[in-house]
Amino acid sequence: MKVNVRQRDGVTILDLKGKITIGVGDVALRNAVQDAINSGATKVVINLKDVTTIDSSGVGELVSAYTTATNRGAKLRLANLPSKVTDILQITQLITVFEVFDSEEEALRSFSAAS
Amino acid sequence: MSDEQSFHLAIGSRFENIELVQLVLKDSLDRLGLDDDNRHWIDVAVREAVANAIKHGNHQDPGKQVQIDLAVEGDSLVIRVQDEGIGFDPADLEDPLAPENLLKPNGRGIFYMRSFMDDIQYGVRPGGGTVVTLRKRLVRLGQLTKPDANARRE
Repeated sequence: MKVNVRQRDGVTILDLKGKITIGVGDVALRNAVQDAINSGATKVVINLKDVTTIDSSGVGELVSAYTTATNRGAKLRLANLPSKVTDILQITQLITVFEVFDSEEEALRSFSAAS
Repeated sequence: MSDEQSFHLAIGSRFENIELVQLVLKDSLDRLGLDDDNRHWIDVAVREAVANAIKHGNHQDPGKQVQIDLAVEGDSLVIRVQDEGIGFDPADLEDPLAPENLLKPNGRGIFYMRSFMDDIQYGVRPGGGTVVTLRKRLVRLGQLTKPDANARRE
């Protein structure tokens, strides 16, 4: 999996591409989120548009990203979920835990509305 | 139905070898004529089974093997994943949907397998090791478009 990190309107956006699966993708996600939070990011969007596969380890890392961000006082949103990622979060009822948005713009607007 | 889609594969216990399994599996599922959705969910279930075998069964010891067999038996696609571990009691597994477990980072792999397949059985191999048997009824394939959490909980 590849992670591209960019800034937009004071929000750190992590663009994930490929497989968030055990052994590689899950570690890359963990490192990217920790780096962002350690660098002082308080608003983070994980853009899942180009994720092709996610397994339970990848889901676990999304959960860890959420708890890490929350514990450190940061806000984390998910955007552009492919249908299969939505399905896999739905059946473990995690879709209700995350703040999920259909687009990056909507995720960005949610921070403005909240602040 | 011919068994040209059957395979036997033995891999060392490294996570990167899961990709090799996925390649061989994809070829078999293509030969069975499964649609994209079914291929995807079976792929995820097998990925979970092999990952569990590598991680929990063989503790990522590359000298220990995970064996994967796929065959069509009767009206079902049957995939067996065997490791060299000491096994586990499925009754010890926690419910990942319980409120106290919802934010735990692990414990969802077998739940996903149960959601995506029609049946899962655990057994002990002669001589040691665990075998997980995943079954998907082929007669249902083509109708199923996405995993059904409610079906799994019946």
